[in-house]
Amino acid sequence: MTRADVCAVVLWVGVTAYALFGGADFGGGFWDLVAGGAERGERPRAVIQRSLTPVWEANHVWLIFILVVLWTAFPPAFSAVMTTLYVPLALAALGIVLRGSGFAFRKSIEGLSGRRAAGATFAISSLLTPFFMGCVVGAIAAGNVPGGGDGPAFSSWLQPLPLLTGAMFVASGAYLAAVFLVGDARRAGDERLERYFARRALAAALVAGVAAAFGLVELHAEARYIFDRLTSEGLPLIVLSAACGLGVLTILIAATRRSAPASPWLLRPLAAGAVVAVIWGWGVAQFPYLVPTSLKITQSAAPPDTLSTVIVVFLAAAVLVLPALALLYWLSQQELLGE
Amino acid sequence: MLRLDPLPLAASASNLLAAREQMAFTLGFHIVLSCLGVALPATILVANYVGLRRDDSDAMELARRWSKAMAVTFAVGAVTGTVLSFEFGLLWPRFMDRFGAAFGIAFAIEGIFFFLEAIFLAIYIYGWKRLSGWAHFWSGVPMVLTGIGGAFAVVAANGWMNQPQGFTLDAAGKVVDTNPVQVIFNPASGYEVPHMILAAYMVVGFGVASIYAAGMLKGRRDRLHRLGLLIPLTIACIATPIQLFVGDTAARAVADHQPAKFAGMECIQESGPDQTEYIGGICTSSGVKGAIPLPGLDSFLVGFSKNTEVTGLNDIPADERPPANTFLHLSFDAMVGIGTALLALGAWLAFVWWRRRDIPKTPWFLRAVAVSGAGAVLALWAGWIVTEVGRQPWIVQGYMRTAEAVTPAHGIWFSFALVLVLYAAIGTIAILVLRGMSKRWREGAAGPDTPYAPSAEATP
Repeated sequence: MTRADVCAVVLWVGVTAYALFGGADFGGGFWDLVAGGAERGERPRAVIQRSLTPVWEANHVWLIFILVVLWTAFPPAFSAVMTTLYVPLALAALGIVLRGSGFAFRKSIEGLSGRRAAGATFAISSLLTPFFMGCVVGAIAAGNVPGGGDGPAFSSWLQPLPLLTGAMFVASGAYLAAVFLVGDARRAGDERLERYFARRALAAALVAGVAAAFGLVELHAEARYIFDRLTSEGLPLIVLSAACGLGVLTILIAATRRSAPASPWLLRPLAAGAVVAVIWGWGVAQFPYLVPTSLKITQSAAPPDTLSTVIVVFLAAAVLVLPALALLYWLSQQELLGE
Repeated sequence: MLRLDPLPLAASASNLLAAREQMAFTLGFHIVLSCLGVALPATILVANYVGLRRDDSDAMELARRWSKAMAVTFAVGAVTGTVLSFEFGLLWPRFMDRFGAAFGIAFAIEGIFFFLEAIFLAIYIYGWKRLSGWAHFWSGVPMVLTGIGGAFAVVAANGWMNQPQGFTLDAAGKVVDTNPVQVIFNPASGYEVPHMILAAYMVVGFGVASIYAAGMLKGRRDRLHRLGLLIPLTIACIATPIQLFVGDTAARAVADHQPAKFAGMECIQESGPDQTEYIGGICTSSGVKGAIPLPGLDSFLVGFSKNTEVTGLNDIPADERPPANTFLHLSFDAMVGIGTALLALGAWLAFVWWRRRDIPKTPWFLRAVAVSGAGAVLALWAGWIVTEVGRQPWIVQGYMRTAEAVTPAHGIWFSFALVLVLYAAIGTIAILVLRGMSKRWREGAAGPDTPYAPSAEATP
C-alpha cells in the first residue's frame, strides 16, 4: 500500500465519520422539520435538540477534515471537483451557514415568531446540505467530473444518479437519526416517543432502501465502472450492509409492535454498520480511482513528504481527538451536558 | 436533459475582482469571530478561576454569561470558517491545484486544533450544570491551548503565502517535493503568528470591556460591571505593549522580505536613504500629498539609522506593484494609530491603578474604553488589508499571481451578492441575540436561554 493509498483511506475514514455523525445530525434536523405544529412537535423536538446541542459542532468538523485532507493530499482532485460541481457545493455551503446559525440563534432569540423562523431555517437547511452533498457524491461516482476540472456546471449533476444519491443521503441521515433517537427516548424513559422514532426509522429505512435500489439501476446505466466493481469486489460489503439493514428492520418492527423493546446496544451498531459498509463498498468499487474514471489516487497525490504529514496528522488525531470525542459523547450520553 | 452549460465563460478580470471582494468580505467577517474563538476562552477562564478561588459569585456569573455568548459566536464562527474552506476551492481552484500540497500542510494541523477546540468548548459550555467546579474549569483549559494552536496553524499558512518556502517545482511549475517543517516555520509565521494571537486578545479584551464600560456610562455601577470591565481590560492592556513591539518587528521584516508591500504601505516612490515617514495623506507618483512628514524617520524605523536604504516603488516592476497605495497607506496608519491610542489607554489605567487601586474616575475613561473595542476591530481589519492587499498582485509571493488562481466559473458576482445579504442578516441577528441575552440577564428574567443557568438541583 503506497502512502497515497493510505491517505485515500484516511480520506474515507473522514467521509465515513461525517456520513455517520454529520448525517445523523442532518437527520435530526429532518425530523424536527416534519414534527408538526408547535404543540404536537414539542416533545420530539425537545429530545432532538437535547441530543444535537452538545455534539453538532464536533460532528461538523469532520467536513473540514475531509476538505483539508482532499486539498492537501490530492490537490488536483479537489480542484477538479470544485471547478465542476461548484453549484451544488455552494448550495451545500449555504445550507451549512443557515443551519449552524439557525441552530445557534433558535434557543436564544426573543419572541416566538423569531424562534420559529430560526427553527425553520435550521430544519429546512438540514435538508439542503445532505441533498446537495449527495448530488456531489453521485456526480463523482457517475464519472461526470473531468480529471482536469472545469466540467459542465449543471449537466454534471442534474442527472438521475446524482439526484437519487442526494435523496438517498437525506433518507439515510433521517434513518440514522431516528435510530439514535430511539435510544435517547428510551434512556429518557419515554416509551411513546421510542415507538414514535422507531416508526420513523422504519419509514426512513424503507425510503433509503428504495432509493438505493433505484440507485443501483441508475448505477448500471450511468456508472458502469462502479456498478461492475460493486457487484464483484465490493459485493461482500454490500451483502454486509443488506444484512445489517435487515437486522435493523427486524428489531424496529418488533419495537413498533411493542413485542420487544429495541436495545440501542444492538440497534445503533447495526444501523451504523449498514451505512459504513455501503461507503466502503463504494470506496472499494472506485479504487484505484479517486475521481472515476479520470483521476487515479496516484495521479492526483501530493509529493511524498506532504502525504507523510497527512498520515502523521491523522495518527495524532487518532490519539488526541478520538479520546476527546469519546469523552464528549460519553458525557453527553450520561446527560452530564445540558443547556 | 438540461443544457445550461454553454454560457459564455465570465470574463476572468471581472471574476478576479468579484472573487477578491467576496474573499475579503468573508474573511473580514470571520476574522472577528475567530478572535473570539482564540481569546474569549482565556478571558472566561480567568473569570471562572477568580470565581472558584475567591468564591466570587460575580466573577462566576460573568464566566457563565460569557460562555453563553461564546456558544453563539463560536457556532457562527464555525460555519463562516467552513465557508472559507469551500472558497479556497470555489474561488481559487488553480491556487489549490498547484500549491495545495504545500499550502495545505498547515491546515491539516489546524484541523486537529479546531477539532479539539470544538469538543472541549462543547464540554465547557454545556458542562456548567452537572460537572463539578474544578473539573469544569479544567475542561475549559484545552480551549485556550487549541485556540492558540489553531491560530498558529492558520496564520502560518498565510505567512507561507507571503514568504513561500519548503517546496520544489519542476519545469512545468508543479510542486514535486515538499518540506513540511519549512512550510510551517516560514519566516513570516515568526511575526505574523504572534501578531495575530495578540490581536485576538486585544479585540476580545477591549471588546468585552467596552460593553461593560457602556453599561457603566448608563449608570450601572455595580460590582459585576466593574469586574466585567477590569478582567478583559487588564488582559488587553497586557497584550498591547507586546503587540506594538511585535508589530514593529513585523514591519521591519516586511521591509526586508516584501519591499513592494512596504513601499506601498509607506508610499515610498524613490529608493534611497533618509526616507521620510508620512502620516496620513494621499499617495501619488510624485509624492505624498496632505501628509504630516517626519523626515528620516522611515529609514530610522527600518534600520535604526537615517542612512538606511529603503526600496521605493521605482525599483519594483510596474506589474508587481501593489494596488491602491493610498488605501494601503491609510490602513497601515490606522492600525498603528489605533494601536498607539490603545497603548495610551492602558498606560492611563495602569498609572491610576498604581496610585489609587481604582479605575480613573472621569467618564472620559469609560468613554474611551467604550470605543476601544470597535477601535481594536478596525485595527485588526486594517492590518489584514495591509497584509493581503499589500501582497497583490501575488497570491503566492513571487510564484503565482492572484489572477492566475481565480476560478473561471460564472456567477461569482451573484454569489458575492448573496453572501453580502446573508452575512448582513446573520451579523445583525447575532448582535440582536447577544443584546437580547444581555437584557434578560440584567432583568434577571427567565428567558428562553435560562435552561443553561445552574438550577437548584445542580448545586449538590
